[in-house]
Amino acid sequence: MSTDLNGAGVLSALAGALAGGGVEIVDLSHVLSPEIPVMVLPPEFGQCQPVRIEEVSRYDARGPAWYWNTITLSEHAGTHFDAPAHWVTGRHLAQGTVDDLPLDHLVAPAVVLDFSAEAAADEDFILTRAHLEDWEAANGKIDPGCWVLFRTDWAQHVTTPKYLNLREDGPHSPGPDASAIEFLVHERGILGFGTETIGTDAGQGSHLSPPYPAHSILHGNGRYGLQCLAGLDRLPARGAILFAAPLKIRDGSGSPLRVLALVPGKGSAA
Amino acid sequence: MTDPIAPPPKKDPQAVTLRPELPPVQRSRAALKLTAAASRGGFALQVCDACGTVSYPARDACAKCLSTALTVKPVPPGGEVIAETTIRTSTDLYFRQRMPWRVGMVRLDAGPSLVVHLHGDVAVPGRVRMIHKLDKGGNAVLMALPEGRSAHMEDDPEYRELTASPKHRRILVTAGRGAVGQAVAQALLKAGAAHVFVGVAEPWKPFAGQEALANTPGIEVVPLDLTDTRSVAELAASIGGKTDILVNTAEHVRPGGAMDGGMIAAQDAFAVNVFGLQRLAQAFGPAMRGRGADGVNSAAAFVDVLPVSALAANPAFALHSATAAARLSLLQSLRAELRPGGVRVMSVFTGPVDDAWREHVPPPKVAPAQIARAVVTALAEGIEDSFVGDVAKDVAARFYDDPKVTEREMSQ
Repeated sequence: MSTDLNGAGVLSALAGALAGGGVEIVDLSHVLSPEIPVMVLPPEFGQCQPVRIEEVSRYDARGPAWYWNTITLSEHAGTHFDAPAHWVTGRHLAQGTVDDLPLDHLVAPAVVLDFSAEAAADEDFILTRAHLEDWEAANGKIDPGCWVLFRTDWAQHVTTPKYLNLREDGPHSPGPDASAIEFLVHERGILGFGTETIGTDAGQGSHLSPPYPAHSILHGNGRYGLQCLAGLDRLPARGAILFAAPLKIRDGSGSPLRVLALVPGKGSAA
Repeated sequence: MTDPIAPPPKKDPQAVTLRPELPPVQRSRAALKLTAAASRGGFALQVCDACGTVSYPARDACAKCLSTALTVKPVPPGGEVIAETTIRTSTDLYFRQRMPWRVGMVRLDAGPSLVVHLHGDVAVPGRVRMIHKLDKGGNAVLMALPEGRSAHMEDDPEYRELTASPKHRRILVTAGRGAVGQAVAQALLKAGAAHVFVGVAEPWKPFAGQEALANTPGIEVVPLDLTDTRSVAELAASIGGKTDILVNTAEHVRPGGAMDGGMIAAQDAFAVNVFGLQRLAQAFGPAMRGRGADGVNSAAAFVDVLPVSALAANPAFALHSATAAARLSLLQSLRAELRPGGVRVMSVFTGPVDDAWREHVPPPKVAPAQIARAVVTALAEGIEDSFVGDVAKDVAARFYDDPKVTEREMSQ
């Protein structure tokens, strides 16, 4: 893109590229349905409410000409956003809830780290600082203010037992350790970390130090999480723009959302 | 001996399904007291408080001394059958569907002579054992059985009308993730069920007993989440037309008082225990009501396994008790709604189940196998209200004596 475009020019060019297929839109969200698993906590704790859809009327005696549903769900069900206030480490931060986020954080560039082969080989694959340094050596430095999306292809397991991969010693799915998140937050200044799994942390993340390092470090430093993402296999390693705007829930700790990515397409740019 | 009932042939899709008809339903209040006694099993008749005369049929005053103090009490069930006849035609629509029908007269050892339904194995004249059961219309009727057991006696067509026998029937057990549901499913299979569907919610979560369910011939695991309306509707769309008996074993239980805990746990409790039951009623009830006279494997019963705290709250499990009371209320309405189809609604009240949530509750507690036996007995003997375990029996006895006293006792 030429740098002499003003805002109107950029938007005009974008509109042209969207129409011509030079920029494509990728949906990174799962369908919100009762079948999508939610996180499982020890049963004596409060639980994550799954998605429920109750029909109010469907062109019938309950409302002859209209169809609508009542939905109930946790702030953390389906493809969802974690705000800093979700975790105890982020409880005192300003602008820590979803109703109070800076708008320029809701539209931001994204890099995609493809560790799908590693995750396929090891369901408990742990992403470390060393992996990130290797990735940067091959793909270039991660920019400040961007989303870092951790591709594991775990989205293909959604609605199957493999998604949570629950066993007697808890869930098993890939995630980062503290060294990776410390590096991304303090040395790269990222906006947030996104995963295809049920949480930003590994299934066995409670046994890492600190426990749940992604939640603990990201939110303690005012960064965000995106979970249960889909479609990461359709994003380039660099160059996507993410639209990730949670619902404006009063004092909300997170929110289900539709995550869209703009990516370079094969069509005309103008 | 009775000829054993053969497994029914597959349904002829061109034949009109027989419309459920009911035997005469109107009863006096005095007669309904007999129905109430029969709903809990056992043989009871009116006994005069003043002179001890046993009356039948139910009346408002003693035929011997004119006292109005008649109490329904257990009486010895022995008697002598002195006459019999077989009815081969009738203007009554219910009996027309079921001709021929054997009836007899029994001189009860306790006094009165009774006109009764006569089991096919009763020899005339001869000794009989009387039972008091609910007919398809939910009213108490008398039947004479042979004094001892005879082969396949539960397959007698008149007797089978008074029960909801699991034999040859296709049964849905709603909560296969739990030990109670698993035990009930296995017990029903052993009791002769043709097929047992077992509902499992959240199949992405492993659970104990999963493999045994999957590997038992005759048991079929089906997706069913009672908190999800569409899940219940989809299962009903699939098997609702061949669900002859439904046994709801779902239970959400958490300890805590009315002032403890959050609203989420309370909502979860109602979502499973009350609205889950309602979803089952809405999705499966209409088809069951339409199939009450559909041959050997007609729709027969809707059974709910619920805590006895439905009768009087256990304050240590306040929300659990509240859902149980709501559940009981819903069952009473459902009973009235399914009655026109001749489908029985049965309540199996239990004491505290021996599970992890009630680990801190002192014994006696109820094992899943006990509940399974009670469900099979309720169906096989046509018992509307049964009570499993010492706690449930004790609470029920106290409750029927004085609900207010029971309320205080439950909080001590």
